[in-house]
Amino acid sequence: MTTQRTTGRRKQALAAAAVVAALLSTAACGGGNDDDGGGSKSGAAGFNAANNKVAQADLAKKGGTLKYAGAQDADSWDTTRGYYGFMWNFSRYYSRQLVTNATEPGAKGAEVTPDLATSTAKISDDGKTYTYTLRDGSTWEDGKPITSKDVKYGIERVWAQDVLSGGPIYLQQVLDPKKTYKGPYKDKSADKLGLKAIETPDDKTIVFKLPAANSDFEEMLALTSASPVRQDKDTKSKYGLKPFSSGPYKFESYTPNKAMTLVRNPEWKQSSDPVRKAYPDKVTVNFFTNANDMDQRLIKGDYDLDIGQTGLSPQGRTTALKQHKANLDNPVSGYIRYAVFPQSVKPFDNEHCRKAVIYGADHESLQTARGGPVAGGDIGTNMLPPSVPGAEGQDYDPYKSATTNKNGNVAKAKEELKACGQPNGFKTTIAVRNNKPVEVATAESLQASLKKVGIDVEIDQFDGAQTTGIIGAPANVKKKNYGIIIMGWGPDFPSVQGYGLPLWSGDYILESGNNNFALIDDKTIDGLFDSYTKELDDAKKADISKEINHKVSEGGYYLPFVFEKFINWRSSRLANVYTSDGYSGMYDFVNLGLKK
Amino acid sequence: MARGTAAGPRAVLAYLIRRLFAAAVMLVVIILVVFCIFFLVPKWAGVDPAAAFVGKQADPAAIEAVRQKLGLADPIFVQVWEFFKGIFAGRTYAAGGDVTQCAAPCFGYSFRSEQAIWPVLTDRFPVTLALALGAAVLWLIVGVGAGVLSALKRGSLWDRGAMIVALSGVSLPIYFTAMLSLSAFVYGLKWMDGQYVPLADSFTGWLGGMILPWVTLAFLYAAMYARITRATMLEVLGEDYIRTARAKGLTEPVVIGKHAMRSTMTPILTMFGMDFGALIGGAILTETAFSLPGLGQAVLSAIRNQDLPVILGVTLITSLAVIVANLLVDLLYAVIDPRVRLS
Repeated sequence: MTTQRTTGRRKQALAAAAVVAALLSTAACGGGNDDDGGGSKSGAAGFNAANNKVAQADLAKKGGTLKYAGAQDADSWDTTRGYYGFMWNFSRYYSRQLVTNATEPGAKGAEVTPDLATSTAKISDDGKTYTYTLRDGSTWEDGKPITSKDVKYGIERVWAQDVLSGGPIYLQQVLDPKKTYKGPYKDKSADKLGLKAIETPDDKTIVFKLPAANSDFEEMLALTSASPVRQDKDTKSKYGLKPFSSGPYKFESYTPNKAMTLVRNPEWKQSSDPVRKAYPDKVTVNFFTNANDMDQRLIKGDYDLDIGQTGLSPQGRTTALKQHKANLDNPVSGYIRYAVFPQSVKPFDNEHCRKAVIYGADHESLQTARGGPVAGGDIGTNMLPPSVPGAEGQDYDPYKSATTNKNGNVAKAKEELKACGQPNGFKTTIAVRNNKPVEVATAESLQASLKKVGIDVEIDQFDGAQTTGIIGAPANVKKKNYGIIIMGWGPDFPSVQGYGLPLWSGDYILESGNNNFALIDDKTIDGLFDSYTKELDDAKKADISKEINHKVSEGGYYLPFVFEKFINWRSSRLANVYTSDGYSGMYDFVNLGLKK
Repeated sequence: MARGTAAGPRAVLAYLIRRLFAAAVMLVVIILVVFCIFFLVPKWAGVDPAAAFVGKQADPAAIEAVRQKLGLADPIFVQVWEFFKGIFAGRTYAAGGDVTQCAAPCFGYSFRSEQAIWPVLTDRFPVTLALALGAAVLWLIVGVGAGVLSALKRGSLWDRGAMIVALSGVSLPIYFTAMLSLSAFVYGLKWMDGQYVPLADSFTGWLGGMILPWVTLAFLYAAMYARITRATMLEVLGEDYIRTARAKGLTEPVVIGKHAMRSTMTPILTMFGMDFGALIGGAILTETAFSLPGLGQAVLSAIRNQDLPVILGVTLITSLAVIVANLLVDLLYAVIDPRVRLS
C-alpha cells in the first residue's frame, strides 16, 4: 500500500511539474506565429510599412467588422465636447465637416481638404471672410439633407460651454472673442441661429465673418467641433451618448466605458463624400481596464487596433517586437514630453537658473526613462513638434542636448548657477502626475542628474486626475513651490498656433485651467503670434513659427525630453493602413479596411 | 420549550428591527463621511472638484455650470439632504438651459458620462454578483474542505501540500495570478477565450468568460479559508466535548460533521459575511485584470476620471452589501450555534 501510494504521489508530482512547465513555456512564448517582418498578402505588411505611407491599400475590401480595443473611453463622443485625439480621429465615422484632414499618409494628412463643402474656402483679400458652398447629396442618418444652418448650429454649440464643456473653443475665440453670443440654448431668436459672425444666406451657402484675420481658421473648421448638428436632434449634454450621424456610420449601441457599435448609415452616399471609403460593414469598440490584457488580445488577433493609439504597454511591446514586428509601426506622435519651469516660483524667475537645470539634466537618461529611442522617441532639443510647419527637429539644438551635452554638462550648469546668483545650487520641487509611471521615472532621472550640480529636488506626485485643478491654477503652483512641472503637449492642429498659443501666449495665462505653466508673458512672442495669424503665405508662416520656437527654446522655459514616438499595433487583417500627421501619427481610422 | 417557541418570533422580529435601524444609521453615517471625503477634502486641499470635470481649455463658465449642476456650490448639509431626497423622490439637475431628470432612486448623476448612477449600478451589479457568487461557492467548497482534511490529517503529506498551496494563494497578489492564468490558458494554450459575454447572449460564452475570474478569485480566498478552517478545526478537535463525543462512541463523521464543524463554522461564517459583502461592492483587481464590466471596473474608471458621483454610488452599494451580509451572518449564527439563539 505504502509503495503504491508513494508511486502515485510521484506520478502526481511529475504530472503537476509537467503541467506547470507547459504552462510557463506557453506563457513565455505568448503564442502565435512568428512574423518575418517582410509582409505578405495574407499577413502583416511589415515593420513601419504604414508609417507615413499606405500599406496594402489594394487589399481593402468592402465588408466585415473592424474591431477596436481601448484602455480608455473618449472624454465624450459629442463632436462639440470631445478633446481626445482618438475621438477626433474616430468621429469622422459619424460626423462630417465643411473641410477635414486629407486622407493621405504623413504630412499630407495634415492638409485641409473639402468634405461637406465643394471646395476649400473662398477667402476675402483681407483674410476676414470665408465662404463655402455645400455639395449636393449629403444627408443625415434619416435621409434629410445637411444644410448650412445645421453647420452653423453645430458650431454655435461651442458657445454653450456651460452645458457642453470639454471641447476646443478656438472657433469661439476667433469668431466672437468678446463672447457676445451666449450660445444656442440661451439664444432668444426663433431659429436659435443668432451668432452674427456666421451667415447662412441659403441652405447651401455659409459665410464666416472674422473680426480679425486668422490664417489657421480653416484648420479650426477641420476640427470635429465644427461638425453640423441638427437642432431637432440635439439632446444637449446627452448628445454624446448617441450623436445623430452625418457620416457613413451611425451609432447602434454605446455603453460608456464598456463597448460601442457603429453600423452602416444607409442614407450616406459615397458620391456625396470625397473623403471616406467606408470599407467595413460594422465598427466595434471594446474597452478594457487591463492594458496588458488588451495588448495580448491585439497580438492574439481578437482585435485589430488600439483606439487610443498611444503605443503598446512595455510587456506587449516586448512580445510584439520579438515575434510580430511586421505588425508594428513606430510613428512620431506629434507630442513633446518636457519639464516646464513656472517663473512665479523662485529661482526660476531667473533665466540662468532655468538653464542650469537644462544643462544639468542627463538627456539620454530622460530619453531612456521615456522608453528609449524607439518606444520613447528622439531626444527633444527644442519646443516645436517635428510635424508642425517650421519645425527643425534635432537640427535646432540650442543646448546641444542631443550631441555634446546629451549626458549633461556639469561645468556649464555650474556656470549658469553662478550667473543666477545660486553658485551652491538651490532646492526645488518637481510636480508629476501619479498616474503616469513614465513621467514619474523622468522625474526621478532628473532628480538624480540635478543632484550632481547641487540642485536638490523633491518629487511631489499629485493626483493625475486632478491635473487641471492642481497645476492649472498658477496660485496653487506658487503655493506648493512647484519649480518644475513634468508634462507633455501635442498640437490640436499642426501649426505653431495649434500647438503653442495656449502654452506661450501671455493672453492665455488663466487663473484656472491654465496651460501656460511657465507664465510666459513676452510681448515679442505675443507679437509674433499676431503676425502669424495675419500672414496668409505658408512659407512666411513657417518662418514665424521657427522664430517663435527659437524665442521660447532660448528663453529656457522648458526642458524638452523627447519628440515622442509610439509603437502601435495593426492586425494582419487590416488593409489601407497609414499614419497621418493630421491625427498626431495615429492611423487614419476612417479609411481602414479589412482584407477578405 | 413552549415558552421559547412562543417568544422566539417576537424576539427575532425585535432583533431584526434593531439591526435594520442600526444598519440605516450606519448608512447615513457612511454617506456623511463619504461626502466629506469626496467633496470637502479636495476643497480643503485647494482643489476645485468642478475643475476636474471640464477639459483642458477650461472655461470659467463651464466650471461654474458644473458646480451648479452637481450642487457643489451648496453647503455640505444641503448637498447631503439633496442626495437623500434624490434616493426617494428623484432629482433634477439643471444648468445653462439643460435640464436632466434623475428618476428615483437617484444615487447621483455622472457629469462625465452623462448618466444617472443608479442604472449604471444596476447594469453592472449582476456581473459582480455572478463573480462573487461563483467564486464564493468554489472557495467555500475547496477552502473549507481542504482545511478540514488538513486538520484531520495533520502532519501528513496532504496537510503540508495543501498548506503550501494555501500559503502561495495568500501570498500571491491577485493581479499576478490573474495575469499568469490569462497568459497560460488564454494567450498561450488558447483553451478559452476568456472574454466576458453577457449571460443573455450565450450561456457557454458567459461560463467561458467567468471560469478564470472565479478560479483566480477563489484561489486567494480558498487559501485563506483553508488556513483558518484548519486552525479552528484543530482547536475544536482538542476540546473536551469532542473527546466526550468520541468516548460516547459516536462515529467519526458524526463527531466531525455534527459537533466539530458547527464550532468551526462560526468564525468562517463571520469572515465569509465580511468578504462576500466587500466583493459585492466590486472585486476591483479581479474585474480589472479580466476586464469584467462589473462594479469594480466602474469604480476604477471613476477613480481615474475623478467621477465622484460614481465612486459615491459604488461606495454606498458596498457598504450596504457588507451591512446586509453581516446581518444575514448574524441570523445564521442562530442556526449553526444553539448558544446564540435568542430564545
